[in-house]
Amino acid sequence: MTRDDGSPLLEAFGVVKRFGGLVANDVAHFAVCAGEVVALLGENGAGKSTLAKILYGYYAADAGEIRVGGRRVDITSPHDTRALGIGMVFQNFTLIPALSVFENVALFQKDLPAVLPRREILKRMHLYADRFRLAVDPRTLVRDLAVGDRQKVEILKQLVAGARVLILDEPTKVLAPQETVGLFNTIDEMRADGLGVVLITHKLREVLARASRIVVMRQGRVAGVLDRSEASEQKLLALMFGDAFDPPAPRPRAGRENAGTCALELIRVSTSGGRMPLRDVSMKVRTGEVVGIAGVSGNGQRELGDLILGLQHPGTGTKLLWNEDASRWPVARLRQKGVAAIPDDPLALACVPGMTVRENLALGSGTRYRVGLGVNWPALDADMQRSFARLTFPRSSFDAVAATLSGGNLQRAVLARELAHEPKLIIALYPTRGLDARSAAAVRRLLFEARDRGAAVLMVSEDLDELFEVCDRLHVLYRGAIAGEFGPEHFSADVIGPRMVGASEHADAA
Amino acid sequence: MRHDGATLWRLASAQAKAFALAAVIALAVFAMLLSVAGKDPLRAYVDTLVYVFGNAYGFSELLVRMVPLLLTAVAVALPARIGLINVGGEGQLYMGAWLTTAGALAFAEWPAFVLLPTLTLLGFVGGGLWALIPGALRALRLVNETISTLLLNYVAPLIVGYFIFGPWRSPESSAYPQSPAFVEAAQLPTFFHSRVHAGLLYALACLVLYWFVMTRTRFGLEMRAIGGNPEAARRLGVPIFSYMLAVMFVAGGVAGLAGMAEVTAIQGRLVSELSPGYGFIGFLVSWLARTGAGGILTMSFLFAVISSVGDILQITQGLPFAVVNILMAVILFIVLAQPARSVGR
Repeated sequence: MTRDDGSPLLEAFGVVKRFGGLVANDVAHFAVCAGEVVALLGENGAGKSTLAKILYGYYAADAGEIRVGGRRVDITSPHDTRALGIGMVFQNFTLIPALSVFENVALFQKDLPAVLPRREILKRMHLYADRFRLAVDPRTLVRDLAVGDRQKVEILKQLVAGARVLILDEPTKVLAPQETVGLFNTIDEMRADGLGVVLITHKLREVLARASRIVVMRQGRVAGVLDRSEASEQKLLALMFGDAFDPPAPRPRAGRENAGTCALELIRVSTSGGRMPLRDVSMKVRTGEVVGIAGVSGNGQRELGDLILGLQHPGTGTKLLWNEDASRWPVARLRQKGVAAIPDDPLALACVPGMTVRENLALGSGTRYRVGLGVNWPALDADMQRSFARLTFPRSSFDAVAATLSGGNLQRAVLARELAHEPKLIIALYPTRGLDARSAAAVRRLLFEARDRGAAVLMVSEDLDELFEVCDRLHVLYRGAIAGEFGPEHFSADVIGPRMVGASEHADAA
Repeated sequence: MRHDGATLWRLASAQAKAFALAAVIALAVFAMLLSVAGKDPLRAYVDTLVYVFGNAYGFSELLVRMVPLLLTAVAVALPARIGLINVGGEGQLYMGAWLTTAGALAFAEWPAFVLLPTLTLLGFVGGGLWALIPGALRALRLVNETISTLLLNYVAPLIVGYFIFGPWRSPESSAYPQSPAFVEAAQLPTFFHSRVHAGLLYALACLVLYWFVMTRTRFGLEMRAIGGNPEAARRLGVPIFSYMLAVMFVAGGVAGLAGMAEVTAIQGRLVSELSPGYGFIGFLVSWLARTGAGGILTMSFLFAVISSVGDILQITQGLPFAVVNILMAVILFIVLAQPARSVGR
């Protein structure tokens, strides 16, 4: 199946894309060969996704040439690229939740006859599923699938449709650790089978683990191309950020575990409803410490966040904030009291896509910017500009509509809003998900600063390394219950990891 | 999605073109129907234009008709901004008229400068409370507001009917079920020796207020947040429950004002055939205007012209007014058939 003539499966020359005055892409050369995993690395807004969308025909390039199998092609839409064997899995999946896996795959096939060739498509589905370790029951409805399985369906539908080059846009962003391993196995199989894979990411470790070649992008251009053998973390960081990046020095921990007063205390709280109700959760977060919640996602993290943020009230048990019973406080009151939330999915949970960035920044500010019936926009602008500057975030235009911002920039805007007024309790749910190394480091630094200033921080993450780096204490959440509490001396994957999947000496009380 | 002024303008002119095309097709289809019925469509259209724009009287009648359309359109647009679909403008109009009548009959001896503000308030409250029923049911997550507002449209005229057939039946005109005529003090002032009445000022004030609240106040900001992403709004502490109640009350109140204006300025009493479906036309107006204030103004004007076609057919060709509903329905279907880029969401 590998091409013998040696020309790349997909190649781009001199691709230029402008959005208004902004040059989003100016790529002299980019190529994917058969049996190769090319990593497209770069910080948020470096132009990775734009290049990928041009290759997939989603955007038309202003200039440049694209060759498939050495032959020059005219691409005007994803329809053309699919016919040429180029597939792409977007960050936001494009499956239809109400349809079954089979129907979703079938729907994507080109030139579908009026009567579905059911058996033939199923046969091919099974074939590819076996070969590339993408087993999903074809009869299941997509809405019943976990995120990892949905991603499998996305890949499978591309392969069944005949994709020889597959572009994966930040595929690990939504995956739990064990799902990531599965995805990498699939990528290995695709490489072995002679497919070309483009892996868009900003996670260095993934790149170093899987890529055959690494293309680093910065400000829309290719900043450098490295072979796997010559790449190192330092080199990649230098290419990604120029000289602007200093890896953060390891931070001293608070080391005064019992010094602060109690900002948040949960006393034997259980909830009903939600996908994973909380069971008998007791915990404390004191001022001046970062408490981590480790666990595989879906074990009650969302419910815990909702409970603390006042979106759900405890069924039994008590929630204390600064030693006041806050079990029934509405959200607005909590925010007024200095509780800030950094959610994992800013577009869905913290922004209104159709409103401008400025309007989004004004939301949830309580009485702070009230003047008469309106909003004190100049004061808001000034505060938010200061907040952006303090976070060292490049400021996006406040007049832009939120939906037009990249995922990373949107997350930055939400962070700037939430951290603008020195919150006293910060609930951070996967706060660095979707951020590049520099922004993620800035967020962690911010959480540290908030802690040192005396804020209490609760951080939920799946990334154990991140939790180990940031937290003063860790709780493991498993099936809605606390499966253990650990101090820094126990911070190792060998100790925490088993608890995350339910291995424990004591059986949890139901 | 809003962008810069040029984009907005392009969008608006594209909308205008699309609507013009729809109107032309609809008029052609309607003309065919009229021909089949043995009427002269061209004559009807020309008559309409002459009637509406040819003299001051016709034009004043246009303004009179615009009043309930503007008000009921605002009553649809406001809830639409927080994602609620209010199909109940018709019923809210009736209940506004009903409570207004109750006031007009009870406080007949009051002077006009007290009575008219009172009646205005009663009209607002009547429609508002009526809309609060579906609003509360929705806020409590019991019944979908589209269904309940629609069904309550059939209840409100029955309540009105009970009162004008029963307790309020006018003794002097036993042939018609209607309330006694309102006293002079209970009638909205009219202008220019025509039927154009102060209700037009109410309507324009409501429209300007609607625009102001949506674009210039933090309430508008929060409402647009609810409409744009209810989950995010909830998580940011926007009181969605209160907004649902308040918005439905105000929207119903605005539609109630339309009913109040109809009984105090046009009919001078409560009658059973109070509205030839103003509430429904208002829904159409708001929907075609994509809930924009400027669009509501122009669409109300256009639909006032179109419903004048009904008057003309009634007068010159002896067809019932309701025939014009066919024309409106055709327009609606053609607009619906266009690939909707930003309709609804």
